[in-house]
Amino acid sequence: MRGDLTVLSARVSSRLVGRVALRAAATLSLAYILLPMVFVIWLAFFAQEIPSFPPEGYSLKWFRLVPNNDRFVSGFLLSLQIAVIATAIGLAIGVPAAVCVVRGRFTGREALNNLLLLPLIVPGIVLGIALYVFHVETEIHTGLPILGSLGGLIAGHVLLVIPWTVRLVTASLVGMDRAVEEAAQSLGADRLTTFRRVTVPAILPGIVAASLFGFIASFGNLEMSLFLVGPGRTTLPIAILQYLEWKIDPTIAAVSVLQIVFIGGIMLLTDRFVKIGRVV
Amino acid sequence: MARLQLAGITKRYGDFKATDDISLDVADGEFVVLLGPSGCGKTTTLRIVAGFIDPTAGSVRLGERDITALPPWKRNAGLVFQSYALFPHVTVAENVAFGLEMRKVPKAEIAPKVAEALRLVRLEQLSDRLPRQLSGGQQQRVALARALVFRPDVLLLDEPLSNLDAKLRQDVRVEIRELQRKLGLTTVMVTHDQEEALTMADRLVVMSEGRIRQVGSQQDLYERPADMFVADFVGRSTFIDGRMDGAGRFVSAGGLVVASEGTGTGPASLALRPERLALMSNAAPAMDNNFPGSVEFISYLGSQVDLHVRLSPQERVIVQIQNRPEQPLPAIGEQVRVGWSKSTGRVFAS
Repeated sequence: MRGDLTVLSARVSSRLVGRVALRAAATLSLAYILLPMVFVIWLAFFAQEIPSFPPEGYSLKWFRLVPNNDRFVSGFLLSLQIAVIATAIGLAIGVPAAVCVVRGRFTGREALNNLLLLPLIVPGIVLGIALYVFHVETEIHTGLPILGSLGGLIAGHVLLVIPWTVRLVTASLVGMDRAVEEAAQSLGADRLTTFRRVTVPAILPGIVAASLFGFIASFGNLEMSLFLVGPGRTTLPIAILQYLEWKIDPTIAAVSVLQIVFIGGIMLLTDRFVKIGRVV
Repeated sequence: MARLQLAGITKRYGDFKATDDISLDVADGEFVVLLGPSGCGKTTTLRIVAGFIDPTAGSVRLGERDITALPPWKRNAGLVFQSYALFPHVTVAENVAFGLEMRKVPKAEIAPKVAEALRLVRLEQLSDRLPRQLSGGQQQRVALARALVFRPDVLLLDEPLSNLDAKLRQDVRVEIRELQRKLGLTTVMVTHDQEEALTMADRLVVMSEGRIRQVGSQQDLYERPADMFVADFVGRSTFIDGRMDGAGRFVSAGGLVVASEGTGTGPASLALRPERLALMSNAAPAMDNNFPGSVEFISYLGSQVDLHVRLSPQERVIVQIQNRPEQPLPAIGEQVRVGWSKSTGRVFAS
């Protein structure tokens, strides 16, 4: 009887240890992810120009400086423009490609899938150099003004969007019951109508999530864009980098906070309409 | 509604024949069930009729039309899936309306037709719900209403009851059958459940390995199975191996001489239905066959009891007896006599 109790209490205490360990690991990971963000946000409200601890006071002046800085404003607008267009083109390519990869029965299907995901694996800086060389060579041979053009920059960003659209839409399609599409066809819907009326609504959360992640990947991209921008064409991440070369003051932190709020806002807004949490 | 004719339907995947020369004629308003174990080709056959699989050879006619080459959306077949396959993002009413919309039925006529179809399956009060807010049985009825509302030429049911729990399944069987009769629907249903097949069908088609083994009524299949597969798959049979030794005389491997209907000589198997065998009291009148044996195993099923009785070192049969209070059950190891009439056993040459 006493022995049983000892075993029982040992089991209870080992379960308790497990639970505490799990909580600790979760807290640690979360802190690891959130701490840099917390510091950036904190820093943005420091009164002094040189970031140092402890803060000498708090101020909102850095936030007032951001909209007065043309480079940040035009950088934001350009990044926004590029991200929106690149996401739209990426979807137009990625969604049909995902349908092909999931539903198609052809040789090289797996290879095509890997090819579409490749830009995610290649380091951005390598992608940037490769595209830069490609643009230079193409311009030399064809005379087309590609190097440093907006079109070239957008084309590069489309590459960043495609893997996200293919991956997330593929996941949605795989999780979808084929019988639902067959039901639509047996009820009289041809392939296109079936896709429009049944498939798209079913994979909509995937498409929305894909747009969101594609947009974020494009909007925040620095290393590839560095090679593709032309004179006078500066995206927001590049504007931030250039500012940092001269000054380190909380303005940068304020810009980052605004960027976090902007993207966080889009995510919350999207989540109200489509529960992307189910997809990602 | 229309007559459905399959002629020489074969579907080949490489060397494998999923269906092999299937010919079947379903009369207008008839309820035909394709019955067989998984992989027997019954679902392939149904999907060929629905248009999702192109047959390698053969033709499908529906009414006056040859539909072999038509895509699914031009066949006018109502299909109910095992998973129901309702459109998850729209309401019950919109699910049912889909087929009418595709047929360009004017908006004003759609609503009353949808209401009528939902009334048929007794779901009119749930028309504004989403599929996920319904129980399995309700979803199944929506799927049925959706497949019926546009007056299909043929109704195709792919294991429609296998996702329902046992109790509900019994009710839905009756419901589907009554609806089918009332509307005079030409219907083909696929199932692996013999009880479901026996209770619902006008006519049954037993399939295995891509081929039709036997077509017939419940009685045909049960009383006159065409081969050992059917004898085993429809109802139950115990098989005794041996040989025919002239007309009416079967000799088992263990040396039992059994009087049975059958002719010729050569290796054969004798199929015996457990419920057609009887335990003989000493006073009972003699039967055509009458063998002593010992009870080796008893399975108690409530209203019936299965006795596994060894008749010889090589032969054991199952005898199903009614569980009656006035008749005490034998114990394991007890000596009994098992009897059956000459017409009970069916002999299949092997």
